[in-house]
Amino acid sequence: MAIGNPIVLSVRNLTKTYRAAGEQIAVLRGVNLSVAAGERVALSGESGSGKSTLLHLIAGLDRPDGGEIRLADSSVSDLTDAGRAALRRDRLGLVFQQFNLIPSLNVEDNLAFQSRIAGRHDPAWHGELVERLGLGGLLHRYPEQLSGGQQQRVAIGRALAAKPLLLLADEPTGNLDEATADDVLALARDLVKRSGCGFLMVTHSARLAATLDRRINLHAGLIA
Amino acid sequence: MSRLVWILAVLLSHWRRHPMQLATLLIGLISATALWSGVQALNLQARTSYDRAAATFGGARTAMLVSRNSATFPQQLFVDLRRAGWPVSPVVEGRIQIGGRSLRLLGIEPVTLPAEVGNAPAIGKAGLQSFVTPPGEMLVAPETLSELKLTEGVTPLASDGTLLPPLRVQPQLVPDVLVVDIGIAQRLLKMPDQISRLLVGKAKGRRAPLENIAGDKLRLVEPDAESDLERLTDSFHLNLTAFGLLSFVVGLFIVNSAIGLAFEQRLPTLRTLRACGVSAGMLNAVLLVELVSLALVAGIVGLVCGYLIAASLLPDVAASLRGLYGAQIPGHLTLKREWWIAGITISVIGALLAATTSLLRAIRLPVLAAAQPYAWQQAQHRWLIFQSALALIVLATGGGLLWYGDSLVSGFAVLAALLLGAALGLPAILERVLSLGQRSAHRPLAAWFWADSRQQLSGLSLALMALLLALAVNVGVGTMVESFSRTFIIWLDGRLAADVYLNAADDTQAAEIRAWLRERPEVAAILPSGRADTQIGGAPIEILGLADHATYRDRWPLLQASATAWSRLRAGDAGFVSEQLARRLKLGVGDSLDVPAPGGNWRLEVVGIYADYGNPKGQIAVNIAALTRRFPQIPLTRLGLRVAPAAVPALISSLQDKFGLDGRNLVDQARLKAESTRIFNRTFAVTAALNTFTLGVAGIALLTSLLTLGNSRLPQLAPLWAIGVTRRRLAAIELAKTMSVALITTVLALPLGLLVAWCLIAVVNVKAFGWRLPFHVFPLQLLELVGVAMAASLLAALIPMIKLARMQPASLVKIFADER
Repeated sequence: MAIGNPIVLSVRNLTKTYRAAGEQIAVLRGVNLSVAAGERVALSGESGSGKSTLLHLIAGLDRPDGGEIRLADSSVSDLTDAGRAALRRDRLGLVFQQFNLIPSLNVEDNLAFQSRIAGRHDPAWHGELVERLGLGGLLHRYPEQLSGGQQQRVAIGRALAAKPLLLLADEPTGNLDEATADDVLALARDLVKRSGCGFLMVTHSARLAATLDRRINLHAGLIA
Repeated sequence: MSRLVWILAVLLSHWRRHPMQLATLLIGLISATALWSGVQALNLQARTSYDRAAATFGGARTAMLVSRNSATFPQQLFVDLRRAGWPVSPVVEGRIQIGGRSLRLLGIEPVTLPAEVGNAPAIGKAGLQSFVTPPGEMLVAPETLSELKLTEGVTPLASDGTLLPPLRVQPQLVPDVLVVDIGIAQRLLKMPDQISRLLVGKAKGRRAPLENIAGDKLRLVEPDAESDLERLTDSFHLNLTAFGLLSFVVGLFIVNSAIGLAFEQRLPTLRTLRACGVSAGMLNAVLLVELVSLALVAGIVGLVCGYLIAASLLPDVAASLRGLYGAQIPGHLTLKREWWIAGITISVIGALLAATTSLLRAIRLPVLAAAQPYAWQQAQHRWLIFQSALALIVLATGGGLLWYGDSLVSGFAVLAALLLGAALGLPAILERVLSLGQRSAHRPLAAWFWADSRQQLSGLSLALMALLLALAVNVGVGTMVESFSRTFIIWLDGRLAADVYLNAADDTQAAEIRAWLRERPEVAAILPSGRADTQIGGAPIEILGLADHATYRDRWPLLQASATAWSRLRAGDAGFVSEQLARRLKLGVGDSLDVPAPGGNWRLEVVGIYADYGNPKGQIAVNIAALTRRFPQIPLTRLGLRVAPAAVPALISSLQDKFGLDGRNLVDQARLKAESTRIFNRTFAVTAALNTFTLGVAGIALLTSLLTLGNSRLPQLAPLWAIGVTRRRLAAIELAKTMSVALITTVLALPLGLLVAWCLIAVVNVKAFGWRLPFHVFPLQLLELVGVAMAASLLAALIPMIKLARMQPASLVKIFADER
């Protein structure tokens, strides 16, 4: 499906080491991967394999020790804190297991928040997201008034509202029951296809990973 | 820009969802700004009034030439002195009546007025032509004009029918004073070619000796550096400022508590914002913009409240300062632009200070750390240890300053260290008391009571610290004022021993008065007194001559004395020294000192030390006969009279009629005492009002802390409700917990307050004024304060408790539903 599409994410020889209890722990030991526009990739691996660390490094939430991350034509590794913030704002969408919605904003404002601060709010796309995510009747509710599945749909909408190059999701269905997880992921797949962005999702679930275009397994800090 | 607005909107949306937190924050800032700016408004008003008082041409701050033996002297002396290079300017003074009201009339010569007269040169010079050319102008303060029910431009009639010059308003002028050109004043007062005094400016070159021009007709009165009463007003303003500052600090405690809690609750949002691409710099800038905007709003409201507070306290302040300083303070506030700007600035600075910890945490916020609201409670133990260590360091520093410090600043530093150290140490003490309670509890609910009180401590500790400070200062100031009041009244009885005091115009008149008084059967005793001035070690010293009479022997307030003190005084080689002089020169009873006198040093043995409250100058009391032998040139115009109280009004009336003495030269002791006591009471009425305000702010701090904690307490309470404890019982337990920590805090505040009082009396007062008050404890006052504190705590705890008792079960069930 994504063959011939431009590469939106390219990771080369990425390394990351943490110090814990006086010991150096090499979490990533030279990871290489790439994601093309419109491609949907699952990143699996056992606990502690470095999946979330890899996702955080790609999102610019943390700095690698070595290697290179390129998002389209820009190197993420060289950016300052402000540069990485701008990258997240303008070119990435992030979805977390804990939803991380802003509790004091209603659904409509949560959805529009990132696209507005990125200066790329598109009312038509916003309306389409509301419709496809089934949030029409919930726009004036606050996050605390939503179920887990509804909250995650808002989070996906917020991440896609600014039309990012790449959608990163860290266990987005980890807090949801199986049926809700299937629904939410189906919506995410559909919207990614509609927007044409790349999609990299960290998941434990082999069942969910199988629904995406490609599956990458991370083992002991290396792509297996 | 729109990005910034959107982020700001997100941050502000938090307050929309948590209006009580916003109210807490604003109340704290408004209280802090209001009390601080209210006090500053009072100080500013008083200082403006002092400046106006200084513009009465010849106050204590201006050097003057006056006649040696009469009230006026010929104008020709002015001409002679000017020709000899003396920068003098003539003033004539008298009283006229307009509409039955007696007013002070000053005649000035605007062209020669020296610059040293303060803002006086502005008067008359603006419209010099119209001021000096007939019919001239009569300058008047706006207050006087309105009291006379006249308008600017009218030409009033004096009570004797004389037509006066047209009135012109001069805002810098002190009330009850009229200013005209000297020629007009001489005509109105029927004092042709006469002058009351000559104001002396700073000479540019050498000037001829005064005696060469004026012979012995004039004497030079040097300006006072600072009068006794000015020193008292300084202490009054210091007192006000200290209260303003304390209220400000207590207000900031509320702000700090509200901002801290809001920051904890917003941590997940801040991290989400960062994850959505808001840079750390942008986020911190918007947090600052948000805080400054809130501070500006609160600052404006606080200033309006501060204005109202100042306006309500102004009558008492005005009465105090009128009595202490003689300055007329207008009944309404006139505030300068600087006051408004300073008020807004203090609100913004206060908000930034209170938010420093939260802002620093926001700057260092790691975007990846897991959101942990209320993690601060988990860190309580570590924080308590740190805070206790800090308290010990602060208290040790205070102890060091008490031991080694020797200045007023060090005295205040001791007081500040005591209050700060105690406040910092409070949570650890409460923790200790509560853990002892927990250990002694056997029933499960009781054990939970103590354990949960401990857990709640971190959320309440700032409010309790504010309560401790407010109560301790209340106890401290209350004890000081009561001690002062008791001492002052006893001291006043002793010092104002005679029934009537008079000051004759000169020695001749004094002799005439004495002769006349000797014929009056109602006069039981005539007590001549006198004063001489000298210097010891460069510092001015007053020497007071006392008659050898039982009036003084029985009533003069001696703090220490030798057994034969009064008989030793009679001999002329011994004296009493004031407490402040004894402290300054380190003198005790039995020591000797050399007093410079015209004929050489006068060696005096110290046979007594007496209280002389409010006098910054050192004073020595000696026998009047001995004083006149050593200082033969001093005027003997002061007399004290012992008269039966019933005969006092008639005697005063006769003295006024016969010798032309007025209220300044003839004083009834009972009236003087009553006036002094009234001034004293009104002075401290302001303190009492500020005390109440501070306690009120502390009560608000407690209320707001309990309200903001209310919702976060539900996860602790819901499980108890689930296992069968009723909501009403839960509310009662919560109330009992709040009241017990408030009671422990109050009980701790009592000894702290007494320490504060001791510090004020034995450290600050001694350093500031050189005298020490006796220390008294007033148990009833302390009990009353405990009652007030508990009532305030009950009021503060009641609203959250009622909310809890009435809480719908659905709200409690939701706690479990939210658990994931």
